Amino acid sequence: MKIFKYALLAIPFLYFSCNDDDDIPEPINEEEVITTMTVTLSASDGSATVVLQTQDLDGDGPNEPIITVSGPLSSATSYSGSIEWLNEMEDPAEVVTEEILEEADEHQVFFSASDGLPLQFVYTAPFDSMGNPVGINFVLAPQNAGDTGSGNLTITLVHEPTKPNDGLDTAGGSIDIQTSFPVTIE
Amino acid sequence: MLILVEELALFYIYILNFLVVYIIVRSISFFLVLIPLHINNSYAQDCEYKLSIQVLDLHDGLPLVNATVEINELDKLGTTDFDGNVVFKNLCTNSYTLNITHEEYESLSLLVNVKKDTYKQIRLEHHLNELEEIMVISNNRNNSRTLFENKISKEVLEDYNSRSLGEVLKTVTGISSLNSGNYLSKPVINGLHSSRVILINNGVRLEDQEWGIEHAPSIDINSIDKISIIKGASALKYAGDAVGGVIIAESSREKLLDTLYGNATTNLQSNGRGGGISTNFTKTNSNGWYYRLQGTLKRMGDFETPNYVMTNTGFSEHNLSLKAGLNRIDHGFDIYYSLFSNYLGILRSSHAHTAIDIINAIENEVPHIIEDFSYDINIPRQKISHNLLKLRGFKNFDFGKLSMRYDFQSNDRKEYDIRRGDRTKPALDLNLQTHSLAFDLESKFQNNSNLKAGILARYQKNFPDPATGVKRIIPDYKKYDFSLYSVYDINLSENWFLEAALRYDFSHIDAYKYYRTSLWEARNYDELFPEFVVEDLGLNTLTNPKFDFHNISSNLGARYSISESENIFINYSMSSRKPNPSELFSEGLHHSSARIEIGDLSFNSEVGHNFSITYDSSNEKSSLTVNAFANIVDDFIYMIPIDLMPTIAGAFPYWEYKQEDAKLFGFDLKYDSQYFTNFFVGHQFSIIKGYERANDKPLINMPPVNLKNQISYNFPELNNLNISLESEYVFKQNEYPNNNFEVFIPTEQTYQLLDTSTPPNAYHLLNFASSIGFKAENGGNYKINLRVENLFNKLYKNYLNRLRYFTHEMGRNILLSVSYNY
Repeated sequence: MKIFKYALLAIPFLYFSCNDDDDIPEPINEEEVITTMTVTLSASDGSATVVLQTQDLDGDGPNEPIITVSGPLSSATSYSGSIEWLNEMEDPAEVVTEEILEEADEHQVFFSASDGLPLQFVYTAPFDSMGNPVGINFVLAPQNAGDTGSGNLTITLVHEPTKPNDGLDTAGGSIDIQTSFPVTIE
Repeated sequence: MLILVEELALFYIYILNFLVVYIIVRSISFFLVLIPLHINNSYAQDCEYKLSIQVLDLHDGLPLVNATVEINELDKLGTTDFDGNVVFKNLCTNSYTLNITHEEYESLSLLVNVKKDTYKQIRLEHHLNELEEIMVISNNRNNSRTLFENKISKEVLEDYNSRSLGEVLKTVTGISSLNSGNYLSKPVINGLHSSRVILINNGVRLEDQEWGIEHAPSIDINSIDKISIIKGASALKYAGDAVGGVIIAESSREKLLDTLYGNATTNLQSNGRGGGISTNFTKTNSNGWYYRLQGTLKRMGDFETPNYVMTNTGFSEHNLSLKAGLNRIDHGFDIYYSLFSNYLGILRSSHAHTAIDIINAIENEVPHIIEDFSYDINIPRQKISHNLLKLRGFKNFDFGKLSMRYDFQSNDRKEYDIRRGDRTKPALDLNLQTHSLAFDLESKFQNNSNLKAGILARYQKNFPDPATGVKRIIPDYKKYDFSLYSVYDINLSENWFLEAALRYDFSHIDAYKYYRTSLWEARNYDELFPEFVVEDLGLNTLTNPKFDFHNISSNLGARYSISESENIFINYSMSSRKPNPSELFSEGLHHSSARIEIGDLSFNSEVGHNFSITYDSSNEKSSLTVNAFANIVDDFIYMIPIDLMPTIAGAFPYWEYKQEDAKLFGFDLKYDSQYFTNFFVGHQFSIIKGYERANDKPLINMPPVNLKNQISYNFPELNNLNISLESEYVFKQNEYPNNNFEVFIPTEQTYQLLDTSTPPNAYHLLNFASSIGFKAENGGNYKINLRVENLFNKLYKNYLNRLRYFTHEMGRNILLSVSYNY
């Protein structure tokens, strides 16, 4: 009858196992996500500021990022640009830009314009500790004053690129952000 | 379904009742036999009789040397000589209980009446394990199996002691491995892996988050002496959900002698510029008490392809196991503890983020980051520790052997990824704890039949640490399992042997998971599973999914012995596997594969019907095994790419788990032969095909056709020097699902092909192996092994390596190992 003795022994164990100590897991503070990139382009001649924004509040969820461009660029002026990254999953929103600045050595923003969009880009300060560009601030201008056109302006934030580099193609690293904004120059 | 469950319950109650009655009847008859004997006892006077015992093998009748024969009543002990004989003198007229034990055989107890000089012949049966091993070695006996089983012996394990379990298993025909880099390797049995392959470590089902492709089994091969791969009825003793098969790793049985034995091994290898040490020793006593200690340390630096260093692929591993217990003939217990822990670098350049990163990696062919050789284990890396504690006891009753087992496992997995900011904390931190309690009964019946039955309860809890600051991949869950099984076999005649098994598994899963509200709604879960919702938190929805699964598995097998040396095995098995947590709950970006993976809450269990037929023939000069199988899997769960999903980081491949009917079939062949006296030639061939049944689309990651040939020569006069040359040809996988995508490259305004499907080219590797043995003065022996793998330093890629987009495989590797057995 040992079999039943053993079986009896098992009952408290089973009870213990099945005894639910229900604790609802705490929500996760998703720290490293970037939900929003805002590029503010301030005209040097005082004409209207242009804001480019991409916002993907559900991160890797099924909703697509919402891309907005506040208006056309002027062909008559250059713009000084600055980029802000936010994590709006946190409340209040975390400004990721600071973190990227702290790790300037490991980050770089790349700019490119599609054919038909005659734009040029120049990296401005801050630079990283080795004097290499970071791209949080930059100057954007028509290739020649008066050039007009329309196309895509692509902004790419790369984590751990080879620095210095000749551009995105050879920089390696992994892409944190890449967004194309439909832009016109008038 | 419920009716079926009730019927099963009734069936088991019936079996239990039957056992109870059986026990009572047998106990009564046992006492009836004993009483007159004890009366005899009181009249005993003469004490001059001689009892001669001869111990033989049950099957071939050959004498057994070194069997221990004990006379219980007198505490007398003897050991059989070369003819299997042992003689006890000066015995009185009495009846004596004899305990006969032999390390390779099942122990036996019996009563002998001594009234005059008595001669008794006793036949012992091999341990099951030994039987299996013998089968593979070629000396075919009347085995109690209906499915041909593969086996890896201690010798092979010793030759591969610096490797991972997955690598060792590859030596078996029909088994391949799915790798993530060089050391991280998962076994694939006949094309199936992960949750479909169950690992049993010293009787305990390994619960180590085996569902992930980049999760390697937490077993130290130095802690085990034997591995067998089983797919037949006996597999149902361990699991019902092993659609691929069960791999059993175990340490050898302790001897019932006063002795101390052990092993110390050191190995070094050129690729990785590291090595390991491993040692174990066992102390046994003839009174049955024993203990065994074992430990392993391994340390490797970066591995190298023929052309470059694979930066950050080194690892360190330390393992420990302890076992102690009492091993008597009719009862015993043991306690077993093992710790497996490693710290494993992941190729630095395999950290891809988006589809474009992978396109670039494939285009470059070599990793982006190549640094000088180093022993550093930087991020990305994994830190795994697996604790296993087992308590087991058994007692032989008249109705059979009853054993009870409790085990506890705690698996801790931390994955460190390249993170922004000063985040050195892991990106994934899972703790999986499992408690199991099991009772098993093994009974032998008079009519040459055996019954094994058992019952198991298991509780499991998964805890993903929220401190990572990364969305949980596997949610918090609790799982309750309950299983019943029985395996019956019978020797019908000289030629026919039948085996049948039935198993029932119940599983209840109670999970808490935060879903993205957008996904919860996009997948229609808000309408399908409104009862799971606990709270809508805006961005996320807290849910409490609960599931019950009832699964039935069964097996029917037969063996027909054409002659002493020829057997045919026919087997049908049905296995049912419930969806694993990854298949149910995956949701979102899986960083290590740079894709978005989505599970499905509406999955039901996957059911595999496996038909196999094996022909096995062997004689002294050669052995041939041919195995063909078809595995028809209903509701096969697998992942396919659906689309590209735009995110702020760019486009990610979007993969979904799907449930479709599938079929797999294949053919394995192994032929070994001996020419002259010392020259051996071996061949292994295996082919496997897998398709979706509805549209004949090939399944992903099916092992390519491979052919292995080996020639070896043995010099017995030169300390048993053995030299061999192995050739391994792996064909290009020509059947694969085309999961390629055109990805828009915004900076170039063009589309580029993300080709993650096309398999790499065929390759041919040559390996050299040699071994030599020496006797040490104190009676121990040394064995020295020298192996050279990838002799010609070939540059190649492997279809079954998940990191093949980023890197080639290892170049030439020279391995030297010295082991000392005492």
